Amino acid sequence: MIKKSLITLSVLLAMTLPANAVEPDEILEDAVLETRARDLSRQVRCVVCQNQDIDSSNAGVARDLRILVRERLTEGDSDPEVLAYLVARYGDYVLFKPPWKPITYALWLAPGVMIIFGGIAVLFVLFSTRRRRNSTENLSDADEAEIAEIIEKSATKKNMVEN
Amino acid sequence: MKRLVFTLPIVIVLVLGGFLLWGLNPGRNPSEIPSVLISQPVPQFQLASIEGVGVPGLSTDDVAQAGEVVVVNVFASWCVPCRAEHAVLTRLVRQDGVRLMGINYKDKPEDARRWLDDLGNPYERIGSDLDGRAGIEWGISGVPETFIVGADGLVLFRYVGPVTGPKAEAKFMQALEQAQAQAIESAAEPAQAMAESSS
Repeated sequence: MIKKSLITLSVLLAMTLPANAVEPDEILEDAVLETRARDLSRQVRCVVCQNQDIDSSNAGVARDLRILVRERLTEGDSDPEVLAYLVARYGDYVLFKPPWKPITYALWLAPGVMIIFGGIAVLFVLFSTRRRRNSTENLSDADEAEIAEIIEKSATKKNMVEN
Repeated sequence: MKRLVFTLPIVIVLVLGGFLLWGLNPGRNPSEIPSVLISQPVPQFQLASIEGVGVPGLSTDDVAQAGEVVVVNVFASWCVPCRAEHAVLTRLVRQDGVRLMGINYKDKPEDARRWLDDLGNPYERIGSDLDGRAGIEWGISGVPETFIVGADGLVLFRYVGPVTGPKAEAKFMQALEQAQAQAIESAAEPAQAMAESSS
């Protein structure tokens, strides 16, 4: 009984695996090329459903691009060459990882710059409150004398008013 | 130093605020992909004609060496918005004398033929892109898409989606007029240069 339900459960669980967009007729016979193709497809954005890579997209253009990637690979293109071929037609936009070039400097550097500026700001705030606290604890003798004088003066003034 | 400490946060807030305002602009379409084809020569492609339609096929040279501004429209009979756009394109050809060439994207020849028989054929050339490979060369993401190619064979403008409705048509017409003005200008230039050198 337990054995049976376990088998049923495992069969059901096996069915919950994500459906693959790559169709059998697209897959290359050469396993090495196929892994390279899968790897590349995961780096390429589908231009129709824009937050999906072409490896998992069911869009028609995505399928065409998958086939194209495999075609380029079988013709002997290197991985960067395949990506360059796609970029020439669809722009940097098809790459999930934007390349490092002048137009993307802000994109790549912004997080680091923000962390540095934020860190400086935090340090600045912490440091300045500590200094303020320290300065209230340790008054110089001259300051103490001045305060005593002010208190005395106001006290005598008060007495005068009351009288 | 003190001044910097006070002004820096304000500057940062202004810059960030500017970006956020830009992001909130309802006229901006974040899914719009800028075309790499703009100001580039017409991509390499060669397409056979659709049998029985009566217009020749389409290749790079037909578009690039037309010597005039050419509108290239990617369409398919299975594409519903194309049907609406067809009327606009037909009007462009009939009224404004625009040179219109078509890429029939992933369409069965008999379907395309029936569609054109039904609605009329405003295209002077139609290439049949059965496997969608020419579409990839043009960097399209779907149909319809419409390109304006200048007289010098450079792609000047790309419109994604149907050119229908006053807003889209105005945008497209503006680009088309610009392209035509540019073509007239560049046609006048060599003549002028010749006149200058002879005098």
